[in-house]
Amino acid sequence: MSQVLHTPPPASAQTPAALPDDPAALAARHGLTISGARPSLPAYVRQLWARRHFITAFATAKLTAQYSQAKLGQVWQVATPLLNAAVYYFVFGVLMGTSRGVPDYVPFLVTGVFVWTFTQSSIMAGTRAISGSLGLVRALHFPRAALPVSYALQQLQQLLFSMAALIVILLCFGVPVSASWLLAAPALALQFTFNAGVAMIVARLGAKTPDIAQLMPFVLRTWMYVSGVMWSIDRVLSAHQDMPHAVLVALECNPAAVYIDLMRFALIDTFHASQLPHHVWALAVGWALLAGIGGFIYFWKAEETYGRG
Amino acid sequence: MAETRNELVPTVVADRVDIVYRVNGTGAGRGSATAALNRILRGKKAEQAAGVRKVHAVKGVSFTAYRGEAIGLIGTNGSGKSTLLKAVAGLLPVERGRIYTDGQPSLLGVNAALMNDLTGERNVYLGGLAMGMSREQVRDRYQEIVDFSGINEKGDFITLPMRTYSSGMAARLRFSIAAAKDHDVLMIDEALATGDRSFQKRSEARIRELRKHAGTVFLVSHNNKSIRDTCDRVLWLERGELRLDGGTEDVLKEYEKFTGGGGKG
Repeated sequence: MSQVLHTPPPASAQTPAALPDDPAALAARHGLTISGARPSLPAYVRQLWARRHFITAFATAKLTAQYSQAKLGQVWQVATPLLNAAVYYFVFGVLMGTSRGVPDYVPFLVTGVFVWTFTQSSIMAGTRAISGSLGLVRALHFPRAALPVSYALQQLQQLLFSMAALIVILLCFGVPVSASWLLAAPALALQFTFNAGVAMIVARLGAKTPDIAQLMPFVLRTWMYVSGVMWSIDRVLSAHQDMPHAVLVALECNPAAVYIDLMRFALIDTFHASQLPHHVWALAVGWALLAGIGGFIYFWKAEETYGRG
Repeated sequence: MAETRNELVPTVVADRVDIVYRVNGTGAGRGSATAALNRILRGKKAEQAAGVRKVHAVKGVSFTAYRGEAIGLIGTNGSGKSTLLKAVAGLLPVERGRIYTDGQPSLLGVNAALMNDLTGERNVYLGGLAMGMSREQVRDRYQEIVDFSGINEKGDFITLPMRTYSSGMAARLRFSIAAAKDHDVLMIDEALATGDRSFQKRSEARIRELRKHAGTVFLVSHNNKSIRDTCDRVLWLERGELRLDGGTEDVLKEYEKFTGGGGKG
């Protein structure tokens, strides 16, 4: 080799403790930084923004890869949520008769199922965002928040497919097209922020304790049953006026219920504003900001520990 | 050059680095619910006793790498070479000690970011973005990457899913994507021996090119010949400990004595 290079004398080389001087001081003198240290919050936000194309490409890639081996291919993007809705309709609409007193029950139910599935799958994917991508985390350098955000984005793309199916269902059941459908966009944006935030929280928990992924389905199923996915919260509340006030408030402020009912209000004409809790948009924005910002900071706090296995 | 000889510029400083892996559900407590419960109740003290095994992969390793050096890492299988590289890249947290680096060292490799169900074309984009290239950079380099991999030499394979590729073809595409980016501190983990002979020659040339642009190069290899060809300093790790650190010939002579015979090269 032509380069003139430093080779330490063998004597000092065999005792690695005998470095020329204090390593920390040497590093500081040459402006070296600690490898794998957590960046400051603003720097982290900048790094994440710089990786936005990776986040979207990763989400799209995951979504496309999902059904690429199936014969029907991407048809499953729409068929899976439809089948889901059909099962819930059979159980709750036909067998249990939850539909009584709810006008346009099928659109009501399908909207609820799709919007809930968005939150549910974002959180489930979030629990495995780090622990399931250890190979990636240990091979490449990028802000780790890109993973839970990307998984949440994948679910948003999935939901957009479901929404296309939903619009067909709505039209089939004679729900008129109206200007209020435009409200679906801000509602979805807020829900996405909320989902991404919660996904980041469970991603950190799941990275430290993979057992969370086993526990989460039970938590989510309980959450689904109290969120009014297949029944009308408003109708049950008016039927049980004697319920303790705390339960009432909890049922109404439940973020999943808020986002579900907002979507129903936007899309279904027989779902009136009177069925929404008070200050519903404030609640929706509040939950989104709380989960989004809080989840991001919580996730960032452990940035340097991801990948330890 | 005179200045560099007097004041060497360090690019990587490792200060008594320890790396420990924790593996759940192995060893004596495997599958035993009482062991797991015991671990939860008694906390850290019971970790070793019940199911969590600690693998001490790297023990108290210190070294300083300077700008312009090409450093080989050698050692028998499982001696902690790759683990140490990952820690230098900031991908694996250290248990004790510190690693200081100049800029962001990167491992050569994007395997983990690629998806077998996607076409080669989409994997080029995904891999490039995962390495931190911008969309424009990937677009500019796209043709170069595909040509280098030689995937399209036998027909239009780049638009087929990667799972349909032979292992050699997939390895060539992976290397081509990984080698598309220049790095300050470059770490190569036995990436030299992929594909057929003609591709190996091309990739060796590409690595030499990358070396020229990189400030410091680390190379993990079991091939003593490629270490001799590329490195001027060698770290020998054994059971996670730094056994020798010195000039390539001195260390390799000792290492070959230890492994018995001339090694693979």
